[in-house]
Amino acid sequence: MSLMNLFRRSPRGTADAARERLQILLSHERAELNSPDFLPQLQRDILNVIRKYVEIDDQRVQVKLDSDRNFSVLEVNIELPSDGERRFPPAP
Amino acid sequence: MAKVIVVTSGKGGVGKTTTSAAIATGLALRGFKTVIIDFDVGLRNVDLIMGCERRVVFDFINVINGDAKLHQALIKDKRVETLSILATSQTRDKDALTEEGVERIIAELAPLFDYIVCDSPAGIERGAHLAMYFADEAIVVANAEVSSVRDADRMIGLLTSKSRRAEQGQPMPQHLLLTRYDAERVERGEMLKVEDVQEILAVPLLGVVPECPSVLQASNVGMPVVLDDKSPAGKAYLDAVGRILGEETEIVIPRVARRGFIDRLLGRTA
Ligand SMILES: Nc1ncnc2c1ncn2[C@@H]1O[C@H](COP(=O)(O)OP(=O)(O)OP(=O)(O)O)[C@@H](O)[C@H]1O
Ligand SMILES: [Mg+2]
Repeated sequence: MSLMNLFRRSPRGTADAARERLQILLSHERAELNSPDFLPQLQRDILNVIRKYVEIDDQRVQVKLDSDRNFSVLEVNIELPSDGERRFPPAP
Repeated sequence: MAKVIVVTSGKGGVGKTTTSAAIATGLALRGFKTVIIDFDVGLRNVDLIMGCERRVVFDFINVINGDAKLHQALIKDKRVETLSILATSQTRDKDALTEEGVERIIAELAPLFDYIVCDSPAGIERGAHLAMYFADEAIVVANAEVSSVRDADRMIGLLTSKSRRAEQGQPMPQHLLLTRYDAERVERGEMLKVEDVQEILAVPLLGVVPECPSVLQASNVGMPVVLDDKSPAGKAYLDAVGRILGEETEIVIPRVARRGFIDRLLGRTA
């Protein structure tokens, strides 16, 4: 044992990293677990409705549910293509 | 009517069976009629930890299938009069458990006992689901380590949403029991602190059981560790039993014995 060790405070260990990683990970996992099963289907349905009017990629519709103690907010984010890219689907 | 307590964790090898045996024996030592049920079908171990492996004739699965009566399968502990063991099958697998069967056996045990302690298998599949489904209360066992804490969190989520109580809209009381706690490694910053785990999981703490050689020794001879009155782990379990019974004792968090300057100078350990 070196003399320095006698006086040095215990070094910052890896446990702090463990705690931080868990805090971030679990907050995500809890949110995912609590989201109802219908969200993916809802997302597909919304996408299909929009596709009747504009062409849009799968990535451009995001559906998210935020639950609070008293109420839930369903957030639907639809990103429409800019005018330049906008193409209307062929008439049926 | 018995209260059903499940001991669960998600992750394997964290100390569920050790805990189930200790808590069941501790409750029985307090005079409560207690039965411990092994839900780990195919990997039975409660019989070994309780030291009754040579007395198993019929098991939980035999009773579920109607091949034996409940009283034929219940093994009375030789040390603690109020304690019984319901061993599981070593040859069948978890599919031998049915929701209807488990419900029926628990209903049959309920008037005979004060406590039914269910030792859950690891995982979140059928065996673990049925071990917790009928519970009135849960003990979530975790070690101060990332994967165990994550799995415990998952289990807490399942208890809160998939247990019968949760499905009926009732609260599901849960306690966190931190086991195999190594104060030296926590001190060195290698292992999560009690406070960290508790803050992350946000479930009331039932106790902290130190990592302790007496647990292995007790298992070698088939004795629940609470019967070893010199064991620090046994002591921690007995305190936890008191808390289950509503006693508000302070939780002792294992700490490293402080070494004096001279000891450190000479490199002596405490
Ligand atoms: N406090 C402790 N100190 C030292 N060793 C312990 C302690 N608690 C449990 N162990 C040891 O850890 C190992 C696993 O314990 P146990 O069988 O109780 O875990 P388990 O969660 O039931 O495992 P499984 O998921 O396989 O059912 C055993 O060897 C046991 O002796
Ligand atoms: Mg086990």
